[in-house]
Amino acid sequence: MKTIYADNAATTAMSDAAIRAMMPYLKEVYGNPSSLHTAGQTAKEALERARADIGGCLNADPREIYFTSGGSESDNQAIRSCAENGAVKGKKHIITTAFEHHAVLHTVKKLEKEGFEATYLGVGADGFVTAEQVKNAIRPDTALVTVMYANNEVGTIQPIREIGAVCRQAGVVFHTDAVQAVGHIPVDVKADNIDMLSLSAHKFHGPKGAGALYCRRGLPLKTFIEGGAQERGRRAGTENIGGICAMAEALKEACAGMKENTARLTALRDKIIDGLLKIPHSRLNGGRENRLPANVNMCFEGIEGEGLLLHLDARGICASSGSACTSGSLDPSHVLLALGLPHEIAHGSLRISLSEYNTEEDADAIIKAVPEVVKLLRDMSPVWDELEKGQRKHLIK
Amino acid sequence: MALYSEKVMDHFTNPRNVGKIEDADGIGEVGNAKCGDIMKIYLKIENDVITDVKFNTFGCGSAIASSSMATEMIKGKPLSQALELTNKAVAEALDGLPAHKMHCSVLAEEAIRSAIKDYYDRRGIAYDKSQFPEPHGEEEHNFEED
Ligand SMILES: Cc1ncc(COP(=O)(O)O)c(C=O)c1O
Ligand SMILES: [Zn+2]
Repeated sequence: MKTIYADNAATTAMSDAAIRAMMPYLKEVYGNPSSLHTAGQTAKEALERARADIGGCLNADPREIYFTSGGSESDNQAIRSCAENGAVKGKKHIITTAFEHHAVLHTVKKLEKEGFEATYLGVGADGFVTAEQVKNAIRPDTALVTVMYANNEVGTIQPIREIGAVCRQAGVVFHTDAVQAVGHIPVDVKADNIDMLSLSAHKFHGPKGAGALYCRRGLPLKTFIEGGAQERGRRAGTENIGGICAMAEALKEACAGMKENTARLTALRDKIIDGLLKIPHSRLNGGRENRLPANVNMCFEGIEGEGLLLHLDARGICASSGSACTSGSLDPSHVLLALGLPHEIAHGSLRISLSEYNTEEDADAIIKAVPEVVKLLRDMSPVWDELEKGQRKHLIK
Repeated sequence: MALYSEKVMDHFTNPRNVGKIEDADGIGEVGNAKCGDIMKIYLKIENDVITDVKFNTFGCGSAIASSSMATEMIKGKPLSQALELTNKAVAEALDGLPAHKMHCSVLAEEAIRSAIKDYYDRRGIAYDKSQFPEPHGEEEHNFEED
């Protein structure tokens, strides 16, 4: 049985070019970039080339790129750094949204426990915040605004440029978690008025455990991993040189192919959405406009998501769900709840996230399998039974 | 998926005793859709013996597999024996469940108990109330929070 991997928002396969870019640094060029000898300096040159390449893809200066272990670390460092810098000036207020990734939300929650105040902006039924909301939330003591570029579950792309402009005007630092955006949609830190940005290689066919933090020149960045002078003293530790070179290669490749991939993936995505919306009592989560080209997120009334995933897996399809039982917690996805979905509905969610490696046949197989599995689960669901008998009210038309 | 044992996957993929019994002698329903698991069990009872049992479940793989296994374990058994079925026994029969999935097997035990109680109530049969504690329902889920 062929595996159809449709969970690319969780992680992606590395591209051949990225693997090729990584190989020399595992065996031939193994020097430490901090060493003076040729072996070290060759690695150092590769490191700086990667920095320039990544800066180039974001319209940033190479000196504004700091390598980290991934999206979570970048988010943690950006937010904590701004919080600490703000606190010195008596600014202890942070603005974010209700549906950020936990790398952001848990960091902000922790800062709240440490005496900061946080505003969690609502994201509306379609999964968008507005610049107006941000503007209204900014206070004289606001140290940071952090709003994700695109949401990892429902794929909605936020009005980052407008939010950035509002922050610039108010003189507040603006960070964006662009982990789901970079390599998938155009990101330009200058045009988008971004002060700090997090990215992660494994979301665009790069390796796991490599990421970067963009920090605009002139903005002070605090160090949290103490040690050597790597990353100009902002992040100690011998560089993951192979991972970094592979990340740069993957990003260049993603940016070069972006236009073409976007057109093809958007068509595949819409085909899947339209195909699955034919299932009675189903809905698309998150607006269709300003949505990541590869993201499908839907709910099917009367069923629970984990069962859906297991049956799809048995048919060779890898997807994900925001149900409580898959997250291992009591509540279904905080993202779906932030969109205002009732718990009953949020449990029955399915996320399909494509990549350029998916084919038309994959889409067809998904459109065939999901309705079968939904029916199978509905046929044994007491909730569906009650809905059908009119003993329970349909929450999805 | 290696999350579950082969036994769990077998009962999840080919659940035994799925369905409803229109003229059931006892029906038990526990859990709620809000917290993500509902189990409904239908019993046919003759001379204090469970002659048929069917279930409907809204829930995860573990919930569906537990329902299937639990119904297998009580089919053809006297009520007294069915009342002794514990969630631990169901989980063991499934070759174990991940720790954070144990609550799903609790629902199977509770649904059976609740169906038997329904049968006693319908027939006006006297019973020891302590044998039927209130199903834990939502609060039960609290213990799984880390
Ligand atoms: C929006 C978002 N932020 C942060 C992360 C964390 O990235 P990483 O896995 O590289 O730590 C992810 C991925 O899981 C994500 O989707
Ligand atoms: Zn469960």
